[in-house]
Amino acid sequence: MPLRSDIKKVLVIGSGPIVIGQAAEFDYAGTQACRALKQEGLEVVLINSNPATIMTDKHMADKIYIEPLTLDVVKRVIEIEKPDSVLSNLGGQTGLTLSMELAECGFLEEHGVKLLGSDPETIHKAEDRQAFKDTMEKIGQPCIPSKVVETVEDAMEFAEVISYPVIVRPAFTLGGTGGGIAQTPEELHEIATNGLRLSPITQILVEKCISGWKEIEFEVMRDSKGNVITVCSMENFDPVGVHTGDSIVVAPCVTLADKEYQMLRTAAINIIQELKVEGGCNCQFALKPDSFEYAVIEVNPRVSRSSALASKATGYPIAKVAARIAVGYTLDEIVNQVTGKTYACFEPALDYLVVKFPKWPFDKFVYAKKTLGTQMKATGEIMAIAPSFEAGMMKAVRSIELGMDTMTKEDFTKLSDEEVLKKLEDIDVDRSFCIFEALKRGISVDTIHDITKVDKWFISKLNNLVQLEKWLAEGELTQEKYDMAKKYCYLDSTIERISGQKIKERRLAVYKMVDTCAAEFSASTPYFYNTFDRENEAAEFIEQHPTDKKKVIVFGSGPIRIGQGIEFDYCSVHCVWTLKEEGCEAIICNNNPETVSTDFDTGDRLYFDPLTKEDVEALIATEKPYGVVVQFGGQTAIKLIKHLTALGVRILGTSAADVDAAEDRELFDELLEKCNIPRPQGTTVFTTEEALTAANKLGYPVLLRPSYVLGGQNMIIAHCDSDVTEYMTIITSHKLENPVLIDKYMMGTEVEVDAICDGEDFLIPGIMEHIERAGIHSGDSISIYPAQTLSDHIKRVIIDYTEKLAKALHVVGLVNIQYVVYDHEVFVIEVNPRSSRTVPYISKVTGVNMVDIATKIILGAKLRDMGFKSGLYPVGDYIAVKVPVFSFEKLNDVDNQLGPEMKSTGECLGIAKTFSEALLKGLIAAGYKLHHEGGVLISVKDGDKHEIIEVASRFEALGFKIYATSGTASVLNRNMIAASHAYRIGKGDPDVIQLLESGKIQYVISTSETGRQPSRDSVKMRRKAVERSIACLTAIDTANALLDCLEMHKTINDVELIDITKI
Amino acid sequence: MIFENKKKATLILADGTEFEGRAFGADGSVIGEIVFTTAMVGYQETLTDPSYCGQIVTQTFPLIGNYGVNDIDPESNGSVVSGYIVREQCEEPSNFRCEGDLDSYLKKYNIIGIYDIDTRHLTKLIRESGVMNGAIVHGDFNKEELLEKIRAYSVGKVVPKVSVKEKEYYPAENAEYNVVLMDYGYKFNIRRELVKRGCNVTVMPWNATADEIKALNPDGIMLSNGPGDPADNTEAINTLRELIPAQIPTFGICLGHQLLALANGARTEKLKYGHRGGNQPVKDLALDRTFITSQNHGYAVIGDSVPAERGEVSHVNGNDGTCEGVRYHNAPAFTVQFHPEACGGPKDTAYLFDEFIELMEGKKSCR
Repeated sequence: MPLRSDIKKVLVIGSGPIVIGQAAEFDYAGTQACRALKQEGLEVVLINSNPATIMTDKHMADKIYIEPLTLDVVKRVIEIEKPDSVLSNLGGQTGLTLSMELAECGFLEEHGVKLLGSDPETIHKAEDRQAFKDTMEKIGQPCIPSKVVETVEDAMEFAEVISYPVIVRPAFTLGGTGGGIAQTPEELHEIATNGLRLSPITQILVEKCISGWKEIEFEVMRDSKGNVITVCSMENFDPVGVHTGDSIVVAPCVTLADKEYQMLRTAAINIIQELKVEGGCNCQFALKPDSFEYAVIEVNPRVSRSSALASKATGYPIAKVAARIAVGYTLDEIVNQVTGKTYACFEPALDYLVVKFPKWPFDKFVYAKKTLGTQMKATGEIMAIAPSFEAGMMKAVRSIELGMDTMTKEDFTKLSDEEVLKKLEDIDVDRSFCIFEALKRGISVDTIHDITKVDKWFISKLNNLVQLEKWLAEGELTQEKYDMAKKYCYLDSTIERISGQKIKERRLAVYKMVDTCAAEFSASTPYFYNTFDRENEAAEFIEQHPTDKKKVIVFGSGPIRIGQGIEFDYCSVHCVWTLKEEGCEAIICNNNPETVSTDFDTGDRLYFDPLTKEDVEALIATEKPYGVVVQFGGQTAIKLIKHLTALGVRILGTSAADVDAAEDRELFDELLEKCNIPRPQGTTVFTTEEALTAANKLGYPVLLRPSYVLGGQNMIIAHCDSDVTEYMTIITSHKLENPVLIDKYMMGTEVEVDAICDGEDFLIPGIMEHIERAGIHSGDSISIYPAQTLSDHIKRVIIDYTEKLAKALHVVGLVNIQYVVYDHEVFVIEVNPRSSRTVPYISKVTGVNMVDIATKIILGAKLRDMGFKSGLYPVGDYIAVKVPVFSFEKLNDVDNQLGPEMKSTGECLGIAKTFSEALLKGLIAAGYKLHHEGGVLISVKDGDKHEIIEVASRFEALGFKIYATSGTASVLNRNMIAASHAYRIGKGDPDVIQLLESGKIQYVISTSETGRQPSRDSVKMRRKAVERSIACLTAIDTANALLDCLEMHKTINDVELIDITKI
Repeated sequence: MIFENKKKATLILADGTEFEGRAFGADGSVIGEIVFTTAMVGYQETLTDPSYCGQIVTQTFPLIGNYGVNDIDPESNGSVVSGYIVREQCEEPSNFRCEGDLDSYLKKYNIIGIYDIDTRHLTKLIRESGVMNGAIVHGDFNKEELLEKIRAYSVGKVVPKVSVKEKEYYPAENAEYNVVLMDYGYKFNIRRELVKRGCNVTVMPWNATADEIKALNPDGIMLSNGPGDPADNTEAINTLRELIPAQIPTFGICLGHQLLALANGARTEKLKYGHRGGNQPVKDLALDRTFITSQNHGYAVIGDSVPAERGEVSHVNGNDGTCEGVRYHNAPAFTVQFHPEACGGPKDTAYLFDEFIELMEGKKSCR
């Protein structure tokens, strides 16, 4: 069937801000979908609150609304734009749930709008626990014994029937939020209570725990004719019990014989046929390891994280095909882009193995529980493509950026054998490394399997790596040994370290192609991965496609993590697009399967490989590029600059020496002195003693952070000696290659500037001001463009300093500078001679496409020639407020008090004519429920007690009831604000926890001198607020901003929606 | 242990290309036609598929032997492939049904193997030049002599090698039908699928005569898969031609499909490198639906050559448009090129066995 003639204008619903469980994969899916629809000549309207995405780019859709993803807002967009259809299955759970709500309330029918992709009945059958069970029963697909309940009592009763342990899964939540495994009635009580609250329909599923079974997934596609294929099978390294998003995953399945494989494949096909999904669908199964018994765990009738992985793992563009199916095409008429000859109605054959490894935020959240369960905790992931599992793991471990190049985790080497055995019992983020350590100690594969239930196949393969490393360590490093190590993708530096010998003759990697068909057909996919074979398919490809274009390699930003998110993928992709427009051949190297940058048709060629020195060297040797770009791929890319320079590669943009001048403390101080620009006083230290001396000399509070930071990693504000000691103990437990920076901490207004410089002129698209004063990481602050409170004089100083710094650092391309305005004076905090988190949003609201301009500049263009005047770009008509979004509910024991260490996973944007309206939009988009009545619980540190008085009185004036802990309450009462006393935990009735559980509290304002440690009362209170989904503000400035919104007495329905393509 | 000094082995292609790898399976050397399969699971089914007789099979998926071998999954008694080429053989397989590893299995059935070679590179060579003869040699060899032998090799008439010598009988519980399974090298699962559906199955040797078959008074005839060039089987083709007037419901698979086409005056051709794997799309023209199928064939019926009055093409390959099935007008017969019995591969076309049952049912009720 060709394109349906009744579809002309489609609304695409995006997935909103990046949170754990819903990340960049939906930008990838949405972008593919928008492009596919536009290629069909359809008019595309897009709504997504996430400004850091490619899909919200002006040329992705005809109308773009960066607005809160709430039912009311989507309805208004439909009323304004009058689309004839809505695409339901490409915007993650958010998009699917919104689509279902729109359909269920009759709104779509009323407005004559069709739901494309999955219809409401399909969504209901797949998403509603009971309906799903009934459907599976009908077609004879086994489910795990389970019951849907709506009360804790029913949950407890059912658990007695099926016996413990049981798993709790709340209905309609992202990434299994609020779920968990309960071993005892007490645990069940807690998890069930929490799960019921988090489920939007107060419904949970209690099911028999089948941990230890294999977890297998199939990605399935179906069209309206009923043609159905499986794109890819995947097997989890971790048995059932660990969320698939937190599991190491391989594709295709490896431990299943044809009989089991076909049994599950057939089951997946029967399920999608029964559900009548039109598009992509993900089926998860549990398979008993010692029989053919299996159970269907879950079905997602939409494009998911697994589909992004399956797309990258096979080369099959699931989202693109799903979008075409949604508008009427069938699989047998959609051409397979990879071969150009065959059709989308086939199943990819792989001739390699893919390993996915999750990226967790625990290198930042040192006090958080690292245990894994049914609730996803990873912020991102990497993928490695290799001819074997061993090689795949070696590539994965160095892609994940934990400072590791083998499976050996330094901490574990210090444990005794008994401790290692004990540690094996922990199901946590380090389990694969622990298994490796156990194998090194000679603990048998069988023993490890008995404890972990990880399939012996995986353990034996890891054992091969252990044996190889032992072999390397003994005797002479022969050619045979070297070749074997290279076959398993060990780096030369690792081989030399393990063997203690120099390599005589180095071998560089060659490349193989990902072609969807295991070489059965000739393909021209420019998609490669490195191996150590003889044939170099990339080199052949280059030879067969001669061009006189300049070849430029863009290095991507690796896995999504806190501090280095989707923004950098946005920048990398834009750079590639501009390079192509400018007549260059653009080549991408990255390892993140969730992103647009790793779509094989984004650049002219894609290399899916780790971003380490040696991997990059092989790529340079094969491609022989004209130049490379490192300034758009975050810290991951920029840290390659010295190595690339040493290889003699032309760096396009700011040079290595200048990057060093910005990052090296001493060089940077010299530079500032030369420019006569002040910065907070500070010094560098290596040891705890040095740190204490320096801190006392500077005077508390001081800011401590490692040099070469990423997203304020391991950065704190210390108020006393013990803070310094605690911090230095943690930081020195890692290898300390670079010193720790210690600075006087100034609590002023933080201002951020992104600028473009061509060596002569410079352009500042906008000055951003943070609502929260310095001390809260810029990524966690609410950021406003244009700055609202700065005087013209201060702005002039900032422009002047920006110019001086950009010129002194010889910036060519982008630079991001953070300032603090303290006591009417401007200080520089940090200069990053690269793209930043704020580039996408500033580009969108000012209309200055920063990456596009910067890319032209690094190729030699001048701002002047592009028609820009040096200095600040004129301010536009709109105010944009960027609000951070956190994933605290997924991370137990992480203190949600904001500080200098970044904690947010994503962001939303509110755009409006006035500041308060923009803020209102931003807050709502970020998930704040703006209650206009109720109670506020206040507990602040002494330093904030003065300022809290006004905050409290503003709340009181709005009619809120004020509750406060003793110290805060007495300050408020003394200042004529009626505050009810809330006791410390366990010290009276009501204590803060009881109060939070009572439902009387709508907002919590909590600040404390120190935090982090989960045992502290203040941390417990804030965590409780997170658990109860009560807005918790941890800075006075945020509270005041919220009050600005509330005092407006407007709701989101009173604020105009804006199509940003018209800005 | 993977790092012990493994014996070297060499793969030599007819064009002189050499791949150096390591030896596994039985010791020695072997010459055969080199083909590749893209199936990612089901290697034991591949090794025991009689259609591979005379061929050296390459697995394009690099990790083979992961789940070991057992006595339940084989598709024939023993293994018939001439040689086996993999990138990596798993020495420590893991699966609850695993009874041994791949290496021992190959040794047991005297199959010579080579591993640790770049199978993707090899596959590309075969794809570009077409199916090629070659040899796996463990140890030293004289290249010139060997090349001469390689070039002289032909798979030849291999059906007699893999077919039963005497008839065999497999009763079904609550049997409704009697089916003759013509064994040109049948895969066990064809028989299992029939028995499962209430058919008593009599397996007849390839050279059973039309009279012998008719004497069994079957409700239906199942024509099996098998190896080699279909046109070599003149005796079997003549037998099928003689059977047409008997109007016995007939279902053919793979070689059986080709033989019946030849018996009806159609022609076959050798494909450049065949279809082997578990991911081939086939369109059922009557249903206007595409199914994913298991395939293993180097020859195909030329669609246009099927005489219009005798039959019509019912299925085509979604990738290259070649003929994948014929429905006959002159007899209650239909045949397919692919393997609805799966094992290994997808079971999406198992409904064809049900159609065969319906065909027999219809014929029965007419009587």
